[in-house]
Amino acid sequence: MQEITLLVNNRPYSGTVEARTTLADFLRHSLGLKGTHLGCEHGVCGACTVIVDGASVRGCLMLAVQAEGAIVETVEGLAAEDGTLHLLQEAFSREHGLQCGFCTPGMLMTLIELLRETPSPTEMEVREAISGNLCRCTGYQSIVRAVLSVTGRPGGAPGDL
Amino acid sequence: MAENGTRASGRNHAKSVGQRVTRIEDGPLLTGHGEFLDDIVLPDLLHCAFVRSPLAHARVDSIDLEAARALPGVHAVLTLEDLMPKLRSGRMPLGASPVGGQNKSTPFVLSGKEVAYVGEPMVLVVAGSRYIAEDAAALVNIAFSSLPVVSDARKALAAGAPVCRTELDSNLMSNFQVGYGDVDEAFASAAHVFEDELWQHRGCGHSMEGRGVVAEVRPGGELCIWSSTQMPHDVYYMLAGMLRIEQEKLRVITPDVGGGFGPKYCFYPEEAALPAAALLLRRNLKWVEDRRETFISSIQERDQYWSMQIAVDAEGTLLGLRGSMIHDQGAYAPKPINLPYNSVTAVTGPYILPAYRMDVDVVHTNKVPVSSVRGAGYPQAAFTMERMLDLVAVKLGIDRADIRRRNLIPADKMPYTKKLQARSGASLVYDSGDYPAAQAQVIAAAGWPDFPERQKKALEEGRYIGIGLANAVKGTGRGPFESGAVRISQDGKVSIFTGATAMGQGIATALAQICADELEIGPEGISVTAGDTARTEIGLGGFASRQMVTAGSSVKLAAKAVAEKAIKAASKILSVPESDLELDDGYVRKKTGNQSISLGELARVLRGAPGYAFPEGLEPGLEATIRWRTDALSYANACHVAEVEVDPDLGQVTITRYVALNDSGRMINPMIVEGQVQGGIVHGIGNALYEFMGYDDEAQPLTTTFQEYLMVTATEVPNLETIYCETLAPGNPIGAKGVGETGTIPAAAAIISAVENALAPFGVRISQTPVSPETLFKLINTARQASQPHSDSQS
Ligand code: FES
Ligand code: FES
Repeated sequence: MQEITLLVNNRPYSGTVEARTTLADFLRHSLGLKGTHLGCEHGVCGACTVIVDGASVRGCLMLAVQAEGAIVETVEGLAAEDGTLHLLQEAFSREHGLQCGFCTPGMLMTLIELLRETPSPTEMEVREAISGNLCRCTGYQSIVRAVLSVTGRPGGAPGDL
Repeated sequence: MAENGTRASGRNHAKSVGQRVTRIEDGPLLTGHGEFLDDIVLPDLLHCAFVRSPLAHARVDSIDLEAARALPGVHAVLTLEDLMPKLRSGRMPLGASPVGGQNKSTPFVLSGKEVAYVGEPMVLVVAGSRYIAEDAAALVNIAFSSLPVVSDARKALAAGAPVCRTELDSNLMSNFQVGYGDVDEAFASAAHVFEDELWQHRGCGHSMEGRGVVAEVRPGGELCIWSSTQMPHDVYYMLAGMLRIEQEKLRVITPDVGGGFGPKYCFYPEEAALPAAALLLRRNLKWVEDRRETFISSIQERDQYWSMQIAVDAEGTLLGLRGSMIHDQGAYAPKPINLPYNSVTAVTGPYILPAYRMDVDVVHTNKVPVSSVRGAGYPQAAFTMERMLDLVAVKLGIDRADIRRRNLIPADKMPYTKKLQARSGASLVYDSGDYPAAQAQVIAAAGWPDFPERQKKALEEGRYIGIGLANAVKGTGRGPFESGAVRISQDGKVSIFTGATAMGQGIATALAQICADELEIGPEGISVTAGDTARTEIGLGGFASRQMVTAGSSVKLAAKAVAEKAIKAASKILSVPESDLELDDGYVRKKTGNQSISLGELARVLRGAPGYAFPEGLEPGLEATIRWRTDALSYANACHVAEVEVDPDLGQVTITRYVALNDSGRMINPMIVEGQVQGGIVHGIGNALYEFMGYDDEAQPLTTTFQEYLMVTATEVPNLETIYCETLAPGNPIGAKGVGETGTIPAAAAIISAVENALAPFGVRISQTPVSPETLFKLINTARQASQPHSDSQS
């Protein structure tokens, strides 16, 4: 068992984990942050995507111990403290970018990273960005539409992503 | 429909049905606060893993559990024998059937004597964590003797073929014929007869959330089961029949379900084993399917081999269709065999066909059992019919849209009775729809008439582009009923309870919209409980694009009854004639003047209080339950046009444009309908070009990760252009038809038609799905070689 300390959604957490525990399992089962989902556990579906030290990672492929001292962002940290949805979350709802919602946390975190790096992506850039995230429900179009609806808006999303 | 006669003034709440209302489901799902199966936490929960067969067919010589049981953290390692004290039978019941009895084709709860497919569950391990449970599963030592394997359904009936399970005499599970008319005469008198062999391969459902079960042992000998299923009531009835427990002590709940798409329609061995183990150990248990388990144990579908002949007159008018079909059922049949029946009765689709005959063999193989995946037999039917029509068109030089137009059922023939029967014996009656108009609209939108010109230009530039189209009809809204209850609580909150199951399709929002309009409120605050056997006594669940029609109709009628009751009660309490009252945003108000009473207050009065007056002539409670009955289906239709570009040197297909029309009757929420159609099309694109569940000759699965089994990603699809028509369903009170499967059904047929069209210069005929680049490359090369002596055969 290993001691680890990390910052998740701006809150310090610590706990003991087995060396083999994945970051996703640690977030879900040790910290109770169950928004991070597991769709394949072999690094392809992207449902487990979280942001670690500013870069998106697959929570199923990273060990919790590797996140020692890291700054982790998960879907639970996207909305404001008072529950106000992030612009991208709001856009997902407005444009029907989710159906069952199982892929959604991974989609959102992948797209947050995209919009930080590319505030006004083209449609193709959005499609490329989520090409590592599988969604069986939507056919992706509504997700793409949701993203494009919050980019390039005056005073819009990019600033607070 | 009759509207509530008491609503006449203009104060009523804005209507919600027909609007793109954002979904009431979204909030928790967007913020990471959904509650999917693996999110359920219970005190002292233990975790399970299954030991599964590594062989497609083998006798089990011995099972050694010692090492697994000795591992620290392991609570139990159980075989079927260990579970039997809690089970009435070691064999699974026939799901979704009134009898629920076993036959020689239903699976076992756990297999200990013989295994019949890779992935068959054999031993259940219970441990303190999933990690330890998997460690222990790896320590279970099983000695097998291999038995001969049936891998190819086409060889399963050959003389001397091995049987897929030694308890069977033959791999033939069932043989049946369907048809009508004088087929032989039709063929004898036809101007042209063409034939082809078609194959549509199996894929998986692959909801992003796999299956899973949680079993909670409650005080008083009660057992509560959560299952990620489309069918909580079926799980409930079947479990009640299987476990040594009284039905009333059992409860089945669906948490948030991360997609269904068919595979969660079945009652699975794991759903019986976990509850039995929980009763045995008196512990709370959880099992969550991992993706590898999905690949080797969740239902798959579509392997069918069709040998077809089509007869037409000189103009391409259909005279007859005949042939045989082999349906690969896999190792077991967890349900009555509806799929091959669906396929052969759906094949005639939206067309007029005078004579038809099919002979069907349903055969077992040593593969994962087969039941429905989105479309349930219909995609194969559409593929077969549409490919045969294309064959006629190409051979006779008739435009592919024209040949369809000549054979589509005209709108003035609606309702149209097909000369076929449903399995129940009822005749197939297409209730409504305008198929020729639908096709005309799509081909106009897609620029079909100009395409040959564009194609010619492209070819001059050395580019191979093609266009294809396909029509489909889907019987939706299967009965016999679905429950819908509407209740107003004392704080005025409106709740809906239904036997329909939410699995991501937005049923809660759609039901709330219907209810809201009857009650003259907004849908936002309405709560919907779908899939809880303690809240809804009887119900059926999610399959066959049925829930909007059936649950929607029940909720509509229940909400209407509640609205009428509220007016009646208010009339008594306020001493105002009913005709002067109306519902408005949570109140019953006098149309003129300001007398009013809230729905919450009415609910308090109607709940009753000892010693206080109760409104005369009214039944207690501000609620109503309706189980709207139907035996008929509503037929939704679709017409798709796909445009592709093919690189003949790589066999690579790019879908460049996709135009689809969908007519699912009244759209309760057009945004949700669009989501269903788009998601459905993309599933069909997967079936056409990417999704391949491979097995080798020993029936070993070859694709057990998403690296090997390709799902469509965002970069493979163009922006889909969708068109919607609303031919109202005459047979139900909301006018809706189902939409969950119509997007998928014609998609593969349209895409393959386009690919074949792009490769017309080579004369390639494509009779299968999926077509991988490799398959296509081979087809092109074979065609190239065949045409070489004549140098350039391109026109
Ligand atoms: S669960 Fe991590 S990529 Fe699928
Ligand atoms: S919304 Fe269901 S998988 Fe994406």
